[in-house]
Amino acid sequence: MTKIQIKVGMASCGLAAGAQLIYDEAKRLIAEDKYNFELKHTACNGMCHAEPLIEVVTDEGTDSVYGDLVLEDLESIFSTLLEGEISHPKLIYSNKIDAPENYLLESQTRIVLRNCGVIDPVIIDEYIARDGYSALKKAISLTGEEIINTITDSGLRGRGGAGFPTGLKWRFAFNNKSDKKFVICNADEGDPGAFMDRSVLEGDPHAIIEGMIIGAYAIGADEGYLYVRAEYPLAIKHLNIAIKQAEERGFLGDKILGSDFNFHLHIKEGAGAFVCGEETALMASVEGKRGMPNLRPPFPAESGLWQYPTNINNVETWANITWIILNGAEEFAKLGTEKSKGTKVFALAGKIRNSGLIEVPMGITLKDVIYKVGGGMKTSSPFKAVQLGGPSGGCVPASLLDTIVDYDSISQTGAIMGSGGMVVMDYDTCMVDVAKFFLNFTQNESCGKCTFCRIGTKRMLEILEKITSGRGEEKDIETLENLSEKIITTSLCGLGQTAPNPVLTTLRYFREEYEAHIVEKKCPALVCTDLLTYHIIEDKCIGCTACARVCPTKCISGQVKKAHLIDQDSCIKCGSCYKACKFSAIEIR
Amino acid sequence: MSANLNDIVAKYNNKKGSLIPILQEVQRAESYLSRETIKTISELTNIPVAEIYGVATFYSMFRLKPQGKYTIRICKGTACHVSGAKTILEALKESLNLGADEDTTQDNLFTILEVACLGCCSLAPVIMIEDKTYGKLTSAKIPQIIESFKKEVNND
Repeated sequence: MTKIQIKVGMASCGLAAGAQLIYDEAKRLIAEDKYNFELKHTACNGMCHAEPLIEVVTDEGTDSVYGDLVLEDLESIFSTLLEGEISHPKLIYSNKIDAPENYLLESQTRIVLRNCGVIDPVIIDEYIARDGYSALKKAISLTGEEIINTITDSGLRGRGGAGFPTGLKWRFAFNNKSDKKFVICNADEGDPGAFMDRSVLEGDPHAIIEGMIIGAYAIGADEGYLYVRAEYPLAIKHLNIAIKQAEERGFLGDKILGSDFNFHLHIKEGAGAFVCGEETALMASVEGKRGMPNLRPPFPAESGLWQYPTNINNVETWANITWIILNGAEEFAKLGTEKSKGTKVFALAGKIRNSGLIEVPMGITLKDVIYKVGGGMKTSSPFKAVQLGGPSGGCVPASLLDTIVDYDSISQTGAIMGSGGMVVMDYDTCMVDVAKFFLNFTQNESCGKCTFCRIGTKRMLEILEKITSGRGEEKDIETLENLSEKIITTSLCGLGQTAPNPVLTTLRYFREEYEAHIVEKKCPALVCTDLLTYHIIEDKCIGCTACARVCPTKCISGQVKKAHLIDQDSCIKCGSCYKACKFSAIEIR
Repeated sequence: MSANLNDIVAKYNNKKGSLIPILQEVQRAESYLSRETIKTISELTNIPVAEIYGVATFYSMFRLKPQGKYTIRICKGTACHVSGAKTILEALKESLNLGADEDTTQDNLFTILEVACLGCCSLAPVIMIEDKTYGKLTSAKIPQIIESFKKEVNND
């Protein structure tokens, strides 16, 4: 008889969508004895938009995903499976028959996410069964030099955002002689709108640990830290379990796999500071201090954690290592463009249909990411811009959607590749408001060390608040540009150097929106409350008085059964009338 | 309480870099870092009060004021922002009877914290009450969520 496995996606996103209830219901049904299925936990397969979901795998090689589930769906899906069928209204992916979202998985190349949503992350044998820890076994038989050459030849660049060549970074740490060295995994994923690292940490913790062990072996480190943000409790839990398992199996600790190599790994929980994603600030934080960046040089490779040579890489970078060791630098370098090799994981969010995690080869166009893999817009309003790189990045307009995913091409648009957050915006999004949102964020998160970052971002934020509240003046745009330039040139770390990017890119591509706010005192996207005016459409108003009754300033007048009128001078734009009207007779302009 | 503090500090045994984990653990036990607590930690660790205070005020996670029993985190990430996090915050404040500058309810049951990103962007807008995440919210759903949470807590 066919063996059937039911996997429930139980990462943070799945749990938030109700995966635990689905799991419990599946367990209850299976306990009834009618279904001889094996029930399993897994993490996130990336189809976050369809959660809660289950994946059904049979020993005959059938693989199907059912999404957007409610409890009642399970019984009917289970009966379908019992009859040997796949087709079901909730089927979204199948490797055997046509399903609505087959294109979503078929257009991806999965290296970093290879195990996410496939294995149960807290069972080490499932990881091992998929070649886990065989890269480590291979690496231990090589010299540090050989490993670093492989990483260099692969062309892998840092996935945290800046894109520094990983092999070169390792080489620097390798060349610095010291009896003590550290490796660090930067899992302080702070960009709002990005959740790639969370998914990998939750879904495949051993891959990161194995990558770090190999890195430590290559550069000669014997101790390592995983710096994880405290907002990711499930990731921390899975990492703790994985470290313990790896120690028990002899992959971590003293005399790893019988060699002379010792490596100990610790977890440090972040305490909520975005700037700690900057490597020198991160190390200050591990040392127990305020997480403020330091001037480089000396680079961490020379003098890092407690002044010892240290190599820091981001989660996604570490997750690529084992694949490269096992498959070779050449295989990796076959993917991507001349200067950007391999794949990139993106977190699609905002007004896109298939929000979730995807992994695509470098070199794909933004248009293909959004329309082919992402399924296009989920709203009726058309595409306006895509925000890349979070608070350090920028907004790319529709006219530049043919830009390819590659560090250098994206930088040319004024945005940055960043860590992989991709937030899609439609015409209901005000670009001045978006710029204000990011400035508010960086201004809050500036550590205060550099004057222009501390005060300059504050002044820029004040100007943006002025513009969005209808008090903007024409000279404001020039002041914004001037301040941006000074903040970029006088800030010590990446936070300040990139903080003006959201303003600069929106000024570059959506200047007319700024001008509409300043000159016409209008917000074209109808987002900035202070610039909106409420009007009653005479033809639609039946004079029910609902609006006049809820108006807190009593500024709506009119007789019963006659069209009403709003006195613009007394209106405080609270929107109560708009919500109260049942006849769509109130228009916002 | 201070016996507890002793234990926590002793556990880290003056290991370098342990100030942040100590503060995190103390806050988990006492819900916030009081003046007295910071002074005691300073005496136990020989780290100056000024330095501890410097660290405690640098990181957004540390709280220096008493908190409500339950924490509601409202995500202010990009995806939540463009999906209307502002109206969710307003609705939360309205159903908890909080003024513009208040973050803790009068009965000390709830504290609202605005956080950068909870990483559940595909479910935007999102809030988290204690460890439970609520996604795809509208302001209309908020009163019901608060009520059902209160009910759940009462039943425990």
